Amino acid sequence: MVWFKREKEGITTSTKDKKETPEGLWHKCPKCKTVVTAEDHAKNFYVCDRCSNHDRIGSEEYFQIFFDEGKYKEFDAKLSSGDPLKFTDTKKYTDRIKATQAKTGLTDAIRCAKGDIDGQPTVIAAMDFAFIGGSMGSVVGEKIARAIDQAIKAKCAFMIISKSGGARMMEAGLSLMQLAKTSGKLTQLADAGLPYISFLTDPTTGGVTASFAMLGDINIAEPGALIGFAGPRVVKETIGRDLPDGFQTSEFVLEHGFLDYIVERQNLKAEVSKSIRLFMS
Amino acid sequence: MATYLDFEEPIKALEEQIEKAKTLGEESDMDMGDKIKELEGKLEKKTKEIFTNLTPWQRVQLSRHPDRPYTLAYINAMTEGTFQELHGDRNVKDDKAMVGGFGQLDGQTVMFIGQQKGANTKMRQYRNFGMANPEGYRKALRLMKLAEKFNKPIVTLIDTPGAFPGLEAEERGQGEAIARNIYEMMKLKVPVICVVIGEGASGGALGIGVGDRILMLENSWYSVISPENCSTILWRSWDYKETAAEALKLTSTDMKKLKIVDEVVKEPLCGAHRKHDEIFDTLKKVLKKEIAALSKLDPIKRSADRIKKFENMGVTK
Repeated sequence: MVWFKREKEGITTSTKDKKETPEGLWHKCPKCKTVVTAEDHAKNFYVCDRCSNHDRIGSEEYFQIFFDEGKYKEFDAKLSSGDPLKFTDTKKYTDRIKATQAKTGLTDAIRCAKGDIDGQPTVIAAMDFAFIGGSMGSVVGEKIARAIDQAIKAKCAFMIISKSGGARMMEAGLSLMQLAKTSGKLTQLADAGLPYISFLTDPTTGGVTASFAMLGDINIAEPGALIGFAGPRVVKETIGRDLPDGFQTSEFVLEHGFLDYIVERQNLKAEVSKSIRLFMS
Repeated sequence: MATYLDFEEPIKALEEQIEKAKTLGEESDMDMGDKIKELEGKLEKKTKEIFTNLTPWQRVQLSRHPDRPYTLAYINAMTEGTFQELHGDRNVKDDKAMVGGFGQLDGQTVMFIGQQKGANTKMRQYRNFGMANPEGYRKALRLMKLAEKFNKPIVTLIDTPGAFPGLEAEERGQGEAIARNIYEMMKLKVPVICVVIGEGASGGALGIGVGDRILMLENSWYSVISPENCSTILWRSWDYKETAAEALKLTSTDMKKLKIVDEVVKEPLCGAHRKHDEIFDTLKKVLKKEIAALSKLDPIKRSADRIKKFENMGVTK
C-alpha cells in the first residue's frame, strides 16, 4: 500500500504559475551530477566538491586564480585574426570570427597578461577553449611571441596555459607555421635564462601538444585533463579496438614521463609559485 | 606497368596509339613516321593542356601518384652510390618510416633525412605508409645533431600523410618528439634545407620541416591537415575534398604566395612520376646551389635568421 496517492494525472500547474529558476544560480557537476550553488562552485575554483572534477575554465578565471588580488596588465588585447586565405567552409571564416567574438566577448583563443604570483612578476598566456575550440592560428602564435618578448624584457618567468584542440584549420599552412614560430621564440626565452612553465589543461591536443605545450622547462597539468597528439577518436580508428581506461589523461601522461607533476586547482597557485621561486631565487 | 590517374587517361590513350603505330610500322613495312610524329605532337599538346590547368585536388593526387619517386630514390640517385644509411634512435627502435644518413653531392658530405613510403603493399606496410612514430622523429634529431657535430649541411625530404596516430605513439610522446625536433632544428648551427617532395601533412611534416630554406616540388602539397580530413571535420562528409583542397591553399604556388615556402622546384611537364631522372637532376642542382649560398653565412646569424623567418609568418590585424 502507498501512503500518498496521486489523484490527477500529468502536470496541472498552468504555465503562468510555474516557478522559474534563473539560469546560472545552480551548478550541476557533469560527472557526478552533484548540485551546488554557482557561488560555492566558483569559490571552490570550479572544482566539484564531491568528485573533484575540474570544470573547464577560461583565461579570466585562471588570471584570477594566479595573480595577486586578481590584478594584471593585459597585452595586445585587441589583436585579432585576418583572413589571409579567404577561407570559406559552411561559413565564411571572417563571419565565424565575428560571431564567436560576439558570443564569447573574446578577440581570439588566447589572452596574455603580466602580474604578480605571490609577489613574483610573471607573464601568463592563457588559452580560451570557448573561442573556436582554443584553436591556434596567427593571433595565438603572434600573442605568444609577443608575450615571450615581454617576459624577456621584464626578466621574469613565463607560463602558457594550454587548452586547445590544435591548429586552426581556417588558416591552414599559416596555422601550422605557428608551431614553428612559438617554438622558435621559446629558444630565445631559454637563451635569456628564464624559466618556462607549460601548464596543460583539459583538453590539450594536436598542434599545441606538438609544439609549446610539451616544451616547458617543467610541464605540469590539472588532474584528469585530456592530453595527446592525435585525438582519442583518431587513435581508436587507427588501432581498431577500444582504448584502455585512462588513456591520454594527465595521469597517463605523467606515468609515461612527459609531465613533472599534476596539481589540483586548490593548490595551483601555491605549487606554481613554489616552482617559480625555485627557478628565480 | 605505369599507372594513370583519371585525368591522365587522354595521355594514356595517345601513348597507346603511338605504341600501336610503331608496332604496325615495324611489322608491316609501312611508313608510320608522319603518323607517329602527328601523334607525338598531339601528346605533347595534350600533356601541356592537362598539366598547366591542374586543380589543387589533382595536384594532391599527383603528390600521391604510385609512380612518383620516394625519399630513398632521390637520395640514392643524387648521391651516386655514396649514401650510407644510418639506423635507430638509440632509445626504443629503428623506425622504418623515417630514413637518414650521410651521402655526398659531388664531393660535399650532406646529412639526408626523410620519411619513406613503400612502393608495393608489403613495403607500404613495412614503411608504415610513411607515418613515423616518435622514435622516427628522435632518430631524425639524433642524425641532425650528428651532422651538426661534424659541420655537415642537412637536407630533409618531406613525404608523409602525417605522424602515426597510434596507441604506442601516444605512450611514447608523439607530440613531445615533434615539438622537440621543431625546437632543436631552430638552433642547429649548420645549414638546413627542407624539401616537400610529395605529401606535407601537418605536424608530421613540420617535425623535420624547420630550415633556412623551405622548398616544394611543383606537384606536392603542404598544409595543416589533408583535404580529406578537413572535409570530414568542416563539412562533416568525405565528399568535399576537392573544395577543401582549394580552400586550404596547399599547393606549391599558393604556399609560395603566402611566403611559407621560399621556392617551388619545377617538375618535368608531365610530372615527376614520368621522368624520375629529370627531377633527381633538377633537385640536385637546386640543393647544391642552396648549400653553397647558406654555407657562406655565420652559423649564429643563420640560426637567428631562421627563427626570424618563422616569426614573420602569420597574418593579424
